Amino acid sequence: MTALLTLPVALPLAAAALSVVVGRWRTAQRAVGLMTLTTLLGTSVALLVAVDRDGPEATQVGGWPAPFGITLVADRLAAAMLVVSMVMLLAVLVYAIGQGGEERRHVGFHPVYLALTAGVAAAFLTGDLFNLFVSFEVMLTSSYVLLTLGARADQVRSGMTYVVISLVASALFLTALGLTYAAAGTVNIADLAVRLGDVPVGVRQALVLLLLVVFGIKAAIFPLFFWLPDSYPTAPTAITAVFAGLLTKVGIYAIVRSQTALLPPGDRPEALLLAIAAATMLVGVLGAIAQNDVKRILSFHIVSQIGYMVMGLGLFTVAGVAGAVYYILHHIIVKTTLFLTGGLVERWAGTGHLDRLGGLVGTAPVIAVLFLLPALSLAGIPPLSGFVAKLALVEAGLDQGWWLIVTVSLVVSLLTLFSMTKIWTGAFWGEPEPAADTQPPLPVGMLAPTAALVALSLAVALFAGPVYGFAERAAVDLLDASVYQRTVLGP
Amino acid sequence: MTVVLAAAAAALFGCGTYLLLQRQLTRVIIGLALLAHGANLLIVLSAGSRGEPTFIGSGAAEDFLDPLPQAFVLTAIVITFGVTAFLLALAYRSWVLTHDDEVQDDIEDRLVARRTAAEDVEDALAAAAEADRAVRELADSDASATEPAGHRAALGHETPR
Repeated sequence: MTALLTLPVALPLAAAALSVVVGRWRTAQRAVGLMTLTTLLGTSVALLVAVDRDGPEATQVGGWPAPFGITLVADRLAAAMLVVSMVMLLAVLVYAIGQGGEERRHVGFHPVYLALTAGVAAAFLTGDLFNLFVSFEVMLTSSYVLLTLGARADQVRSGMTYVVISLVASALFLTALGLTYAAAGTVNIADLAVRLGDVPVGVRQALVLLLLVVFGIKAAIFPLFFWLPDSYPTAPTAITAVFAGLLTKVGIYAIVRSQTALLPPGDRPEALLLAIAAATMLVGVLGAIAQNDVKRILSFHIVSQIGYMVMGLGLFTVAGVAGAVYYILHHIIVKTTLFLTGGLVERWAGTGHLDRLGGLVGTAPVIAVLFLLPALSLAGIPPLSGFVAKLALVEAGLDQGWWLIVTVSLVVSLLTLFSMTKIWTGAFWGEPEPAADTQPPLPVGMLAPTAALVALSLAVALFAGPVYGFAERAAVDLLDASVYQRTVLGP
Repeated sequence: MTVVLAAAAAALFGCGTYLLLQRQLTRVIIGLALLAHGANLLIVLSAGSRGEPTFIGSGAAEDFLDPLPQAFVLTAIVITFGVTAFLLALAYRSWVLTHDDEVQDDIEDRLVARRTAAEDVEDALAAAAEADRAVRELADSDASATEPAGHRAALGHETPR
């Protein structure tokens, strides 16, 4: 069990070092990257199966007992997030290799990509707020490099915004850590949940809200989302897909973890989170409607979709949190696929601008299908996975009698559909643009991973019953913090 | 001692925030460094108020300072150092590309500003046309009162707009 928990963090770091060493040979670098991610996928699936069968697992790295040492812990949510991210990282790596571009031009791509993997895995598995900070930094520093790999003027401009806003969040995170340690004398999440009970209510709530701000910047919730639509679209497609699918979701994961594990049921900020959720959904989708470029539209939709996840969490019921978990799993796959398809469109037509696109249904029907399925899923059209996710959230909301948030979520769904129709009519219908006929065929390396992710999202919809059942078990674990505490601190 | 350090942390946070809001990239970077220093100082303070060392000598556990925050701070300093180096490289790259140390305008903001400016111009033109028409009508009514009809037609004829 210790090996299963430490491997997702240790292996990609070692592989990143190896990848630097063999930097001269591109084939060797590719082999290292692909083999590492495949191994990690296997490891995380094994971890998921073990955790779902036996309950959460924990290990103390270095052998120091729980509140002092480095704790790695996997419950159902962490294991599931790990599996989905590994699938997605592997698919995007294959896509990036197929696409050429940055992967071919820069020797640093593979090592940094593997370091990003390590950071993401560590963020999911860590049982300790300070190590969460370190994993965030590993992940973010890698993302700074990936975002600015080309060092073009627009990348430097948007990279600057992204780096500065992330660093402000990091400084706030450090402040929160200092204050938490001063108040409770520990940063181990499980231990903190126990000791925060003795801290005055006001201090406790202030600390948890400060953490909400920190993770909120990373997750791009309202009103801290402004940096995202600016910085994501300038990166190379494969990189944007990883950022869109994964980085904000790590922030959401941290919000879910901190809000459920650190606060007892009576203290949880339900109304606040639901208000944030509604504002995030609305602002994101309205921003998307105003845009005219495929990548920018999709970037605003990330913000809007984050709102749904926060909504599920804000209900703080098993049904709500289960809906949020299902939504996160569905969203990582669908959003990544949409960005990869956006990359296919750009590759095929030479632009992502809707004014200069048209008639792709006739000239590139494969891209049309690969776009249509995840786009309809994002909008929540039955029987796709987005429908199941939204249905779960709406039902959970109605159970609790939060009519307003349910109405907002349905309206936003409709607007999402409108915005997806805009891409569809702009890029896929209409008269083909003149240059579109003379394009070379799309590389299989780009098509295959996109198609695989579309198939996976269909599978999530097809096996909605078992997946939702799993999400419910994960939600029960999350809402009853004592399970997590027992796992880390012992009985 | 704690009060002095707390005040120092507060000053660092204040100066850092002020510098962060400037338009020059170098000032932004220094601001971020100051913010990180403030946070680090805060973590050191969270260990307790006494100045005893953490591991030197022997004695009861209560005589030593809590070592964990110092480990945190060491890690945080290293991370801040690395990221600041990256940020400086990025700022240098920005300077090479634009020959300017200022944070560049947001493209969307510029589009919005241009659209607003265009609307202002349109509004001004519309207002001018309106005023023009009003003057002409006034002239017309004056003309109809005092001038013969032929002159009135000529007056109407010479307005191109």
